[in-house]
Amino acid sequence: MTPREPLRLHVPEPTGRPGRHTDFSYLRLSAAGEVKRPPLDVAPADTAALAYSLVRVLDDEGRALGPWAPQVDAALLQRGLRAMMKTRIFDARMLIAQRQKKMSFYMQCLGEEAIATAHALALQSGDMCFPTYRQQGLLLARDDVSLVEMICQLLSNEHDPIKGRQLPVMYSMKRAGFFTISGNLATQFIQAVGWGMASAIKGDTKIASGWIGDGATAEADFHTALTFAHVYRAPVILNVVNNQWAISTFQAIAGGEATTFAARGVGCGIASLRVDGNDFLAVYAASQWAAERARSNLGPTLIEWVTYRAGPHSTSDDPSKYRPADDWQHFPLGDPIARLKAHLIAIGAWSEQQHVDAQKELEAQVSAAQKEAERYGTLADGHTFSAATMFEDVYKDMPEHLRRQRQELGV
Amino acid sequence: MLTETKPKLMQAASEAKRTPMTMIQALRSAMDVMLERDPNVVVFGQDVGYFGGVFRCTEGLQAKYGQSRVFDTPISEGGIVGAAVGMGAYGLRPVAEIQFADYFYPASDQIVSEAARLRYRSAGDFTAPITIRMPCGGGIYGGQTHSQSPEALFTHVCGLRTVMPSNPYDAKGLLIASIENDDPVIFLEPKRLYNGPFDGHHDKPVVPWSKHPLGEVPDGYYTLPLESAAVFRPGRDLTVITYGTMVFVSEAAALDTGIDAEIIDLRSLWPLDLATIVDSVKKTGRCVVVHEATRTSGFGAELESLVQEHCFYHLEAPIERVAGWDTPYPHAQEWAYFPGPSRVAAAFKRAMEA
Repeated sequence: MTPREPLRLHVPEPTGRPGRHTDFSYLRLSAAGEVKRPPLDVAPADTAALAYSLVRVLDDEGRALGPWAPQVDAALLQRGLRAMMKTRIFDARMLIAQRQKKMSFYMQCLGEEAIATAHALALQSGDMCFPTYRQQGLLLARDDVSLVEMICQLLSNEHDPIKGRQLPVMYSMKRAGFFTISGNLATQFIQAVGWGMASAIKGDTKIASGWIGDGATAEADFHTALTFAHVYRAPVILNVVNNQWAISTFQAIAGGEATTFAARGVGCGIASLRVDGNDFLAVYAASQWAAERARSNLGPTLIEWVTYRAGPHSTSDDPSKYRPADDWQHFPLGDPIARLKAHLIAIGAWSEQQHVDAQKELEAQVSAAQKEAERYGTLADGHTFSAATMFEDVYKDMPEHLRRQRQELGV
Repeated sequence: MLTETKPKLMQAASEAKRTPMTMIQALRSAMDVMLERDPNVVVFGQDVGYFGGVFRCTEGLQAKYGQSRVFDTPISEGGIVGAAVGMGAYGLRPVAEIQFADYFYPASDQIVSEAARLRYRSAGDFTAPITIRMPCGGGIYGGQTHSQSPEALFTHVCGLRTVMPSNPYDAKGLLIASIENDDPVIFLEPKRLYNGPFDGHHDKPVVPWSKHPLGEVPDGYYTLPLESAAVFRPGRDLTVITYGTMVFVSEAAALDTGIDAEIIDLRSLWPLDLATIVDSVKKTGRCVVVHEATRTSGFGAELESLVQEHCFYHLEAPIERVAGWDTPYPHAQEWAYFPGPSRVAAAFKRAMEA
């Protein structure tokens, strides 16, 4: 008998590290237009093939191909392009403001702009998103959200709608369908399911949309959310943004090696899609499909959005320490803004000049909003909510012990 | 002695028709009343739907209100509380059951980081008006996973209300108040008291609630205020600060020793009715803190500290503390672990002799 080899522990490694290019063949790409579009009432088990392939609409020439190409007019796509541009401009300016110490912290969504913006445009008023910290596009895609208000939150100033209680980017905006962001990961995923269950209990028409990153799918709340969503056939969209990196942790460490995050959904009895997250048309079409299923009592849909976190995790992170500095340039799904722009130009609904004009106009808009917000103070200049307010909202009515502690602080 | 406090306790529903109820029936009645009154109230947890709960607290409610208002959940405490937080954000008033308090740990993140802080972190944009019921305490041969009293883990969390009734009358009034409250409430039910006022004399026959005045419960709607303690037994010699099962154990110790103990039943552990404690200790000058939970960093430590801060110059003896030992709750050695009447009586004597 040949002796057995000693047991060895497998610890997944990305192919790319600083100084060594990534082999992106692990992504399992499909060609644009190749993946089938099942009927809305598809049996979850019959989405298995979709969970292991990749829904794509836009090809490299900017053509919209296949059954997932949404029937939308150019105006909506122009709106989407502007929303993505606005998001990128907003992020860039806020990064600078953070470096100027006007705010303590910032998180950009560079490279992922299509996902939240297209998704927001596919939802209806009254629906509720339970986002992570990288879905600012859900707010920036809306016409009814004030940039000034968002920036006041980032600056933790006297007009911060959440009174300086949370880190920058942890927005809360109920009227815009945006649930208060937690810093603890994955908690919102099951809450989204609970919200959807409540809508169903009340016989409402609204749906929930929960968000999570590839890294946090390892948390128990992710699996709990899938179980509850399946059990109660909750009207919810379960979005997994697979941007390949959770701080320095490659998605294989979260359990993405030799499988997909979409496949988790199929195993739980949930219709699941794996979608090119840098393809605005694919994101819009898949979001619409999932929303329509949820609104028709057909239950939850899990969507893995394949994308790439082009920037650092946050302003406290330096990705050049753990991945190739030029990784994004080689990411095969490209830049979502460039891709939609190419498509709009190809169909004659956009031009280089319009793009330049839109860029200028949006930069001016963000800049004006920032100037106004800074008039209400920044964390640096101390124009924040008073210390006395920190004792408020712990309970609906302030209990005696908090009154005492406020007095002890002398405020 | 109880008859002295009964009129005060019963004021809230003095005119209502009363029925003898166990604590289980009183809790069920509270949920029944609230399901009837408020279409946003929903009740769920493991085994609570068709079967009506392992302790039968929700028996018959699904048949009466339908599956979308009263339903079973997967065995996932994190899921039960997480879903409740989402439902609360939508506008419902969920009443979730954790089958045993010993099982709440997987829901810790949803309780501590989410429910308790939703209002604060969103400056009131979102709230979690949820009630989480959980049977607690030992004395039922439940061993280390069916006997715990984890109240101190909740009182330590800012933003939570922690409530523990000691009798059917309080249980119903406090549960209705908790469901109506806009803050998240941890509602701990001492399961040894479900069927009668157990006083720690485990070798004696159990007295049913039907033979106790606090088992007389109004049929309809009434509430008792949160943040309000009850002077369960007035007395002159010393003040006992306690809650849950230990209210009756302390009463037994008073009867056994003849020491005229004033027993304060906190009912709401946090936020707390400090004034009732301070008034009593200033009057008696002696204080014994009693709880079933483990001693070190238990809620008793906070109570002792508060008494020291507010009553130091009125104290005539060191504050005594009786609690569960700092061990897991044992199975075969249950009655050596349980802080019964003799241990409480010994503490009374030390407090009187000091």
